[in-house]
Amino acid sequence: MTSARRKSYGVKGAPYAFLLPATILFALFFALPIGYAVWLSLHKVQVKGLGLGAGAREEVWAGLENYTDSLTDSQLLDGAVRVLGYGAIVVPVMLGLALLFALMLDTDRVRLAPVTRLAIFLPYAIPGVVAAMLWGFLYLPDVSPFYFVLDKLGMPQPDLLDGGPLYLALSNIAVWGGTGFNMIVIYTALQSIPAEVYEAAKLDGATPLQIAVRIKIPMVAPSLVLTFFFSIIATLQVFSEPTTLKPLTNSVSTTWSPLMKVYQDAFRKGDIHSAAATAVIIAVVTLVLSFGFLRAANSRNKQEAAQ
Amino acid sequence: MSSLAVRKASAAAGTTPGTAQGPPLRRRIAFVPTVTLLIGAIYCLLPVAWVVIAATKSGSELFSTFTFLPGTGFTDNVTDLNAYRDGVYWKWMGNSALYAGLGALLSTVVSAFSGYALAIYRFRGRETIFNILMAGVLMPPVILAIPQYLLMAKADLTDSYASVLLPLVLSPYGVYLARIYAAAAVPGDVVEAGRMDGASELRIFTRIALPMMVPGLVTVFLFQFVAVWNNFLLPYIMLSDDEKFPITLGLFTLLEQGSNTPALYTLVITGALLAVIPLIALFLVIQRFWSLDLLSGAVKS
Repeated sequence: MTSARRKSYGVKGAPYAFLLPATILFALFFALPIGYAVWLSLHKVQVKGLGLGAGAREEVWAGLENYTDSLTDSQLLDGAVRVLGYGAIVVPVMLGLALLFALMLDTDRVRLAPVTRLAIFLPYAIPGVVAAMLWGFLYLPDVSPFYFVLDKLGMPQPDLLDGGPLYLALSNIAVWGGTGFNMIVIYTALQSIPAEVYEAAKLDGATPLQIAVRIKIPMVAPSLVLTFFFSIIATLQVFSEPTTLKPLTNSVSTTWSPLMKVYQDAFRKGDIHSAAATAVIIAVVTLVLSFGFLRAANSRNKQEAAQ
Repeated sequence: MSSLAVRKASAAAGTTPGTAQGPPLRRRIAFVPTVTLLIGAIYCLLPVAWVVIAATKSGSELFSTFTFLPGTGFTDNVTDLNAYRDGVYWKWMGNSALYAGLGALLSTVVSAFSGYALAIYRFRGRETIFNILMAGVLMPPVILAIPQYLLMAKADLTDSYASVLLPLVLSPYGVYLARIYAAAAVPGDVVEAGRMDGASELRIFTRIALPMMVPGLVTVFLFQFVAVWNNFLLPYIMLSDDEKFPITLGLFTLLEQGSNTPALYTLVITGALLAVIPLIALFLVIQRFWSLDLLSGAVKS
């Protein structure tokens, strides 16, 4: 039939044509920059003679020199330790709260659920920079209501923008900004659990708490894995929040997080080659950590399914 | 635990008629969940409530009166913000609207084409192309940002609108969502029927499939709009001319100057409030349309 022939002829090229814009954009803004970053990380600038005139600065092969420099750089290692400490607070607290709120929303006879759900999701609409500003002002003794209350009560006033409390202050901004989105993801997964599952459990005399722990949490495990995965990625790349707090305190250095160190090296010091090496290292660590996590989660799921 | 206690107590009340201790079982409020959610809501609204109040204070009131007591300086603050550097603040807001609006629109169009192609057609390399695009989700923006900047510099495009707009047009997450929506919303029979009628593939897509995908594409658009509006790193790296700054970067530079001139703090606070209003308004409007089922369907698979 002619229509069949025309179909197979017309269809063949269509998907490739439809994918062309995405492919071009991917090549220009993802593949090319990644390749260039790797190339940069393996090169360094060599200055010839007095370093004057065109051609005096030449990019030469550096091998893994930039990488060994980066990995032994104490600023980067300190930043990595700081971010791991920050992540150790943010990820469990944020996802714990998200799960808690999602389970509470999913409870029978709960009141004000639509309003509170909306309020908790609201910070998602607020840019990280603005969120950091708002909290930054709330951390400033001169304008903060917390300090006002502590002062009236005659209680000691901690410095939230220095030392250990700074981690809590920064973590709080991330928790505030991210809990609602993760809550919605988990809550939606909860909503899709069929009602019969609960009916059966109730007939067996399960309490709401037992239902939550034994049925609901295991059934939303895939969503938890996914939210965990994205939280880890976001945490390792924290940049705008500490950068925004920097004008408000002297305790946030320009190399507080690894990403800030990359920015500092590339655009303040102008050492793009070592910055590229550091960026590649951060990317590799992110990929290894997140894939390692996904694999661990998958194998555990399979084990449970096998049982 | 205590909702269990509530239930037991009312069950006990039910067995002893005459001592009506409360409304019937079904009407009882689940106390612990409700209070937990209320505390969460207060926590999330607190900084927003604070900025609303703080924006009403004059510079001296900000540091002298109780933080949750309204001040008298709101109109002055807005006037000062308007006057600051010939109204550059509104330029920043306009820039943000441009970056986020145009960026999200282009991104949605690209996602729609790609998602539809990946969902509907069986062709060589389909999974490979999809997986390569998806790897983009995991690429940290920082590994992209430096070389993107240097490549833009080579093309003489740094410090231009294009340098902030173009790198964000392809959203791997948008492609992913669009593929799921297309697979769910566009039946193969309909595409087949279009071909029988002799319509071209492009026509089938634009006239038949696209309208079916609109609810899902709204979600793609909104995700991308919020992502671009909230973006900081890319404009921070690409732009030096503050006439092209988006609002996030503009407020940040204002705050940086404020650390030397505390008088600017009231401007930062008022600016932060006004910057948050359009997104909260958008958020309140869209959450009615936001298809949570689609979101979870996307997230679960």
